[in-house]
Amino acid sequence: MQIFLAVLLGTLFGFVLHRIAAASPQVIIDMLRLRDLRLMKTIIFAIGLATCGLFVGLATGLIDAAHLSVKASYAGVIAGGGLLGLGWAISGFCPGTSLVAAGAGRKDALYFIGGGLVGAFCYMLAYPWFKQSGILDPISAGKVTVAATGSEAYPALAAGLPGWLTALLIGVALMVVAWRLPLKMQPPGSGHSPTRRHPGTRTANTAG
Amino acid sequence: MQGQWSWLKGGIALGLTFLLAIAVVKPIGVSTQFVIADGLIWSLFDRDLVTQDSTAKNGFSSHNAYLDKSGGKYAKSVANPVNYGFVFVLAMIAGGFLSSRLGGRNRESEIPDVWAQRFGDKPALRMGMSFAAGAVVVFGARLAGGCTSGHMMSGMMQTSLSGYMFALGAFAVAIPTAMLVFGRR
Repeated sequence: MQIFLAVLLGTLFGFVLHRIAAASPQVIIDMLRLRDLRLMKTIIFAIGLATCGLFVGLATGLIDAAHLSVKASYAGVIAGGGLLGLGWAISGFCPGTSLVAAGAGRKDALYFIGGGLVGAFCYMLAYPWFKQSGILDPISAGKVTVAATGSEAYPALAAGLPGWLTALLIGVALMVVAWRLPLKMQPPGSGHSPTRRHPGTRTANTAG
Repeated sequence: MQGQWSWLKGGIALGLTFLLAIAVVKPIGVSTQFVIADGLIWSLFDRDLVTQDSTAKNGFSSHNAYLDKSGGKYAKSVANPVNYGFVFVLAMIAGGFLSSRLGGRNRESEIPDVWAQRFGDKPALRMGMSFAAGAVVVFGARLAGGCTSGHMMSGMMQTSLSGYMFALGAFAVAIPTAMLVFGRR
């Protein structure tokens, strides 16, 4: 049953990532250089919607708190996130989208996956050093959430408020941000901005 | 791209997918499976990489400290590769294949246009840099304990502090890097 669900949910996730063009390195790079924010809107909206849905599900008992899995907070989370961001920006792939892109027939994605296996192997060997360095030591209480989940395993920062209320505030805020972000942003001085009405600035710009 | 959804339709579909996964099984995550795949390849050359161990919490141990951590959690997955997390990630490849065959044809060239404008139309360079970037990305993801799926999406939807920290670290480097390397035009 678990394996059947893995096939079903994995295929669905891959399909959705491909349909929102997250598996296109062009779209990722255009998002990260703040040119085309369509995918950014999609991702932020999805996180907001999922936050609301999850905590409403927990509060009504539709979703079992035992299904949660909160990761620990430690300095390496930011450092590792930064390393991921570096490679993400240069290649236009992250681990999940590289698999989807490979399935859709992108050759560069196969090279990315090959590199990913090497990177994971290096970490497997380097792990004792990182462990010893203290960069993996939990900060605050470790596996912390902002909204109360109802699970004793995960202390909440906003423990005094009902989890669903905190989560709805965060989730709705994210969805509003997603809604208000522009689809496209013009580079400064490009001369194509609709707000730029002086013909002089247009002729002054020859690049592009 | 043909068949690309509007940002809102895509956001609803992506959000519901993450919600469905956590409601039915557990939060979505990807980068751990690169370690499991390495463990499988490694165990072809080293039959003693992962061994049964009744004293370990998950029933398996490994002489590699990373596979052995958390009571042999990863060691167990290497010993039983037909498990939820690994099959899920393999199925993602099928999902990308299906979408591309069912009307989601991607008309972009082998080398992304933005990339070719900056580095030239050199396939070997693109493949080499994709390989190097893959190594940096997955190393970083393992150091962080998750990637864009596990930390940014699954983590933030649970309002996990680590999810917000990861998103901060990733975007704080990715946005300036993309702007510096590729420019804004």
